[in-house]
Amino acid sequence: MNILNLLIIIPVLTVIGIVFTKDFKGARVAAAAGMTLQLLTSVILVISFFAQRKAGMTGEFLFLSDFTWFKTLNIHYSVGVDSIAVWMILLTSIVVFAGIFASWQIEYLAREFFISLILLATGVFGFFISVDLFTMFLFYELAVIPMYLLIGIWGSGPKEYSAMKLTLMLMGGSALLVVGLLGLYFYSSSAGPITFNLLELSKISFPIAMQRFFFPFLFVGFGILGALFPLHTWSPDGHSSAPTAVSMLHAGVLMKLGGYGCLRVAMFLLPEAANEMSWIFLILATISIVYGAFGAIWQKDLKYINAYSSVSHCGLVLFALLMMNKTSMNGAVLQMISHGLMTALFFALIGMIYGRTHTRNIDQMGGLMNVIPFLSVAYVIAGLASLGLPGLSGFVAEMTVFIGAFQHPDTFHRVATIIATTSIVVTAVYILRVVGKLLLGQIREKEYLEFPDAKWYERISVVVLIMPIAIIGFYPSYLSSTLMDALNPIVERLTAML
Amino acid sequence: MDIASFNLMRNELILVGIVLILLIAEIFTKNENKHKLISIGTILFGVATLINFLPLPEGQLFGGSFQTTQITMFMKSILNMGVFIVFLQSFTWLKREENNGKIGEFFILIISTLIGMNFMISSGDFLMMYIGLELATIPMAALAAYEKFSEKSAEAGIKLILTSALSSGILLYGLSFIYGTTGSIYFADVVSNIGNNSLQTFGFVFFVAGMAFKISLVPFHLWTADVYEGAPVNVTAYLSVVSKGAAVFTFMIILYRVFSSITAVWEPLLYTLAVATMTIGNLFALRQENLKRFMAFSSIAQAGFILLGIMQGGQLGMTTVVYFMLIYVFTNLAAFGVISAISEQTGKENISDYTSLYKTNPKLSLILLLSMFSLAGIPPVAGFFGKFFLFTAAGAKGYYILVLIAVLNATVSLYYYLRVVKAMLIDKSDNPIATFKTPWPMRISLLICVAGIFFIGFASFIYQYIYNISFGIN
Repeated sequence: MNILNLLIIIPVLTVIGIVFTKDFKGARVAAAAGMTLQLLTSVILVISFFAQRKAGMTGEFLFLSDFTWFKTLNIHYSVGVDSIAVWMILLTSIVVFAGIFASWQIEYLAREFFISLILLATGVFGFFISVDLFTMFLFYELAVIPMYLLIGIWGSGPKEYSAMKLTLMLMGGSALLVVGLLGLYFYSSSAGPITFNLLELSKISFPIAMQRFFFPFLFVGFGILGALFPLHTWSPDGHSSAPTAVSMLHAGVLMKLGGYGCLRVAMFLLPEAANEMSWIFLILATISIVYGAFGAIWQKDLKYINAYSSVSHCGLVLFALLMMNKTSMNGAVLQMISHGLMTALFFALIGMIYGRTHTRNIDQMGGLMNVIPFLSVAYVIAGLASLGLPGLSGFVAEMTVFIGAFQHPDTFHRVATIIATTSIVVTAVYILRVVGKLLLGQIREKEYLEFPDAKWYERISVVVLIMPIAIIGFYPSYLSSTLMDALNPIVERLTAML
Repeated sequence: MDIASFNLMRNELILVGIVLILLIAEIFTKNENKHKLISIGTILFGVATLINFLPLPEGQLFGGSFQTTQITMFMKSILNMGVFIVFLQSFTWLKREENNGKIGEFFILIISTLIGMNFMISSGDFLMMYIGLELATIPMAALAAYEKFSEKSAEAGIKLILTSALSSGILLYGLSFIYGTTGSIYFADVVSNIGNNSLQTFGFVFFVAGMAFKISLVPFHLWTADVYEGAPVNVTAYLSVVSKGAAVFTFMIILYRVFSSITAVWEPLLYTLAVATMTIGNLFALRQENLKRFMAFSSIAQAGFILLGIMQGGQLGMTTVVYFMLIYVFTNLAAFGVISAISEQTGKENISDYTSLYKTNPKLSLILLLSMFSLAGIPPVAGFFGKFFLFTAAGAKGYYILVLIAVLNATVSLYYYLRVVKAMLIDKSDNPIATFKTPWPMRISLLICVAGIFFIGFASFIYQYIYNISFGIN
């Protein structure tokens, strides 16, 4: 049996298992067991993927398997992964695993919480393994139900508003996607049987008029999920209202679906239009980067700060993709992975700190370093990774992106790059400001002195996220070189007509 | 004509038989035993539903007035299933004291309208279709006014009969032009004489308007909300699913069969109607408090989506519409089942009454949640597949802008479907609806619906089967 199907079956079985548990303790144990198994499966997938690569399997996608679903429409359940997808799958399982432990203490409707969380993750796993665009879209939309419930029921602050805003904006994005996908689907019939299959579609060169029409639908449709300015407004509200694990999963992985979709579907399948229109989206992405960074400076709520910083960092992903050369695209994927880990760590820590202080306002906190050293140090590490300190993953990713971006000799790209690099400085400002106010200085309230430091489950969650950040930081070459075999064909297709 | 050819009217004849049995049975049952009629009627009808699944040769009767094909049989089966579920959901309601004397009526009226709908679907000429339509409409008004001491119910009945009379008149007026210009009412003859003729176009537009009343397309939808609100819940369920389904099927068959040569006329017409129906239906649904009115506008919006499939005009279009209706039957009846169970228990019908329902009645609220998401077209439930294929059908025609409008409308619709979910799961209430046990017929009906909602989407063989028996213009 194909290992990729296991990635769907394990979460589904876990969900069924949770249904039969009696209380919150049973539910969380079942969820943790299921997701541990999922993490192991992902690790095995990564190992066997590169073993197969080494053995000389050169196909763009490996572990392909196909099952005809709707015959007349030629819709298949078709799975396969390339090297970007396997790393994203590993990232997802790490984040979900950490997320389960970060929500260890949920008692209110715990079964429903873990069921929704794992369903949400199932959608993400399904998205990354799909080769057929219909299946991909199905998994993408699968996230809608659990997402709304998770934010609406277990969220904080103006949760009803945020949940509704996030759900509707993302649904609006998928509305655009439907049009784009149908366009690809029907135009594929010009060169053989009509198909949703990504690999088949990539062999077709679509007429330029068609590309011009459908590219914006696909790019903006995925771009909304990747927080493309000015359609990013769901992100700050949504992420700050969501419960910890959902913020982690959403900012850590779901926003990456946007970037991945832009790359895999919009740009890869419609390369001419991508070249023609990249400048528009490049401007928007640059605005995202700078706007997000400046937005974060003004915020006082920890989650808002991190949500705006996510807008900035995800803008960088799109920015790098649109630069369309090997280095920058490599950087884009590195940034996806690095930001996924980093932001998940941030949200996990914010959730843990909030669980103790019951406030997220940085003005009301201070001196936490003395009381909860473990969490505080972890927060500093996350912060340093975010502002791009060498030795952590953020530096590797941002450096690669900017080097790639600066390879363009023309003024437009260079100016955009220079503007984008200013965000590094701004990021340092808001990260250091938070670290200073939150962790250093005077302790504001007496009761803060009695805070317990991280519990065992919190430690698991934090360590699991910090490890890969450090590994990527110290030894990025393996990751970035393995990404190239997936990126090469894409870049070649994109630059073929220049 | 021999005995075997009566077999072609199998479903209709069996239904007539059931009506007669119930009529006679009602005479001979004592008042205290009247409630047994409910079980008898439901079981008989269940058997009829099963029988109709048996295969049957195609053919026609009465010189082509009545036609039986695989697809008409399947459409009738969909309607049968819908009615069967409605019967199961009506058990407790019919057992009420005040309905004791009218149990037989309920079954007879519903089955009569169903016979009318069967004739509409199977019609091979306009006369048969019109008779079927009237048979399907007039008893419906009696059904809407079933709770005769409730003012709203009486109002619903009178509104339904007046608008139906008007729309039938409009339809007939249109048909008279078709007859006048082609010299025939038989579909087979009319189709060869339809062409680029302004009188025919005129007649056609009136025909569409008449049908649009029945399907409740904007701007012919104004009766819908009041009638849905006033009629008893189970009748509303019947109206919104079975009655609408029959009208959709008939409309589609006639468009494909008779007006296949003037697609250039009806495509822009349906395009406009689809956009108006989806948009207006959605906008009005946003603010509804009463769940029956809410479902009324939701069903108007859904009708707009259905037009996307009809417009395609080919085998793909018909498959999509039939498949969507199949899903819609289970989805909508699941919602109405829950509404009916709660309304029966507590008399409450507003969205705000459902606050915190999940705390007290988790199963019912989960079913309603599934049904809402299926209506909104969110996977993994079947509604996603139904909607996506409707969009595909419109995309196949190259109407990408229409698809965009439709998907944006689907997004808007998600807002109001989520309102119900929000009330049930998120909002907190001090006195939610108390926990209660749903009666077993309702449980069975909901079980069937949930199975349908989950299963039909993934079951591609059903889609394939419908495709094989569908026909299109080309």
